[in-house]
Amino acid sequence: MGRHVVLIEDEPNITEAIRFLLTRDGWSVDAHTDGATAVQVIQDANPDLVILDLMLPGKSGLEIIRELRAKEDMQALPVLMLTARGQMRDREMAEKAGVTRFMTKPFSNAEVLTAVRDLHAQASQG
Amino acid sequence: MARDTLTGSRIRERRLILGLRQAELAREAGISASYLNLIEHNRRRIGGKLLVDIAGVLGVEPSMLSEGAEAALISTLREAAADSGVPVAELDRVDEFAGRFPGWAEVLAAGHRRIATLERTVETLSDRLTHDPNLAASVHEVLSTAAAIRSTASILAETGELEAEWLDRFHKNLNEDSLRLAESSRELVNFLDEGGTGEDRRGMPQEEAEAFFQENAFHFPALEDGTAQPEDLLQDASMLVSDAARSLARAALEQYQADARALPLKELEKQLAGNGMAPAVLARHFSCTMPQVLRRLAALPEDVLGQEAGLVICDASGTLLFRKPVTGFAMPRFGASCPLWPLYTALVHPHVPVRRNVVQHGRNAAAFDCMAVSWPQEMPDFGHDPMYRAVMLILPGGKEVSDAQPVGASCRICPRQGCPARREPSILKEEF
Repeated sequence: MGRHVVLIEDEPNITEAIRFLLTRDGWSVDAHTDGATAVQVIQDANPDLVILDLMLPGKSGLEIIRELRAKEDMQALPVLMLTARGQMRDREMAEKAGVTRFMTKPFSNAEVLTAVRDLHAQASQG
Repeated sequence: MARDTLTGSRIRERRLILGLRQAELAREAGISASYLNLIEHNRRRIGGKLLVDIAGVLGVEPSMLSEGAEAALISTLREAAADSGVPVAELDRVDEFAGRFPGWAEVLAAGHRRIATLERTVETLSDRLTHDPNLAASVHEVLSTAAAIRSTASILAETGELEAEWLDRFHKNLNEDSLRLAESSRELVNFLDEGGTGEDRRGMPQEEAEAFFQENAFHFPALEDGTAQPEDLLQDASMLVSDAARSLARAALEQYQADARALPLKELEKQLAGNGMAPAVLARHFSCTMPQVLRRLAALPEDVLGQEAGLVICDASGTLLFRKPVTGFAMPRFGASCPLWPLYTALVHPHVPVRRNVVQHGRNAAAFDCMAVSWPQEMPDFGHDPMYRAVMLILPGGKEVSDAQPVGASCRICPRQGCPARREPSILKEEF
């Protein structure tokens, strides 16, 4: 069974680039733009990993991660957060909320790919 | 008092720093305690051998006592030591340092002052970056577009053979994103490039519209004499870049035109010359509303009105929609201002004219005569809650500052402590 990632990102061209990148790396990518439905989408998809934007329409990435972590079956799910807000306190808040890794925009494709592979490997071992 | 007449004060200060009693120093210097007391209170001049002896006991150069160092310089050096967070063992010798090396001491003090200024600037900018939703949105837009471009370009550069469909799609995305980046960067630069005075700050539609009004000194002769329509004036307004700004400026010009028709300039000049600035008299004479009178007065040139006048208009949420600045009265950028302004008193008492003498905190505080009133934005109708707006005319030269009602500009830059109207903490720690 292939590796499955859910991508919640409202920037369509970032979504397209990440989709291309991860598809080539053997991932199946489910992309969504709406923060309000993100928790349900993730729960239904039960992915191996989530890539989550911080600033989303409907609900912020922080609210989404908090809701996810409150669910018993979502506590170990690796979540990579992408954000244009790179201040230390944003990072601290994200980590406190339960984000597994935090990456600031603009990021390189190689960084995203490495992070996704690392997080998946760690989750598989754990 | 001349510096050399303060020798006694410096002796006393130095003695107290060292924790010496007057009697001890007197004994060491070979004089009586009562005589030292007179010296320390600058009631006896001191020089020669006695000065050298006392300086010796106090462990300083005699010139340090006779010439001293500027109090402000010493005070700044002490602040620098305190702010450094590092324990300074020689703090009690700060006056000696300033006295022996005045040039270096001044360099250190100037450095400290500069650090304080820069820290304040950083704090203000950081505050602005964090709390200004427009700026945050602009920065987010730039970074998100840059991220999309970087990812797409990297795919195009690093992936070997790409299917034609992907290739076309990525080229299209790159083109779209580069256009977006150019536009969002330009908006961001416009926003940040305030040119120091604030007069040229644009980026927000309201600021573009305000720049347009400022360029025309808030007065439009072509609308006064009916030789032009609002749309004609907008045609030549190069500073109105965005459609939103043009729309705001159009609405404000249409209101200006309606007010000018209700209170024609020549008759208004005559009335002002005859009755002075009496808004109620003007409203009765022209059979118009009080908000029209206040807006109209603010739109008159200074030589017609006889004085400078500012104006603010807010909607029912309290958000400022229009500002005509006036010297000495700080107004926040479009957004929330001080809830103590009479503008807001008028907002909660629809149609009731409110007149208050107010003073803003800060240096050079001056009193302003403020007249405010609110009016329903639309014709009242059954089944619809009325939406009110309020206007406030701000005239410099209110009555005594001591009798004036204290107000601020906005909470974040207001140092007033214990204010019942405070909505958020101030970024200022002291009076500015």
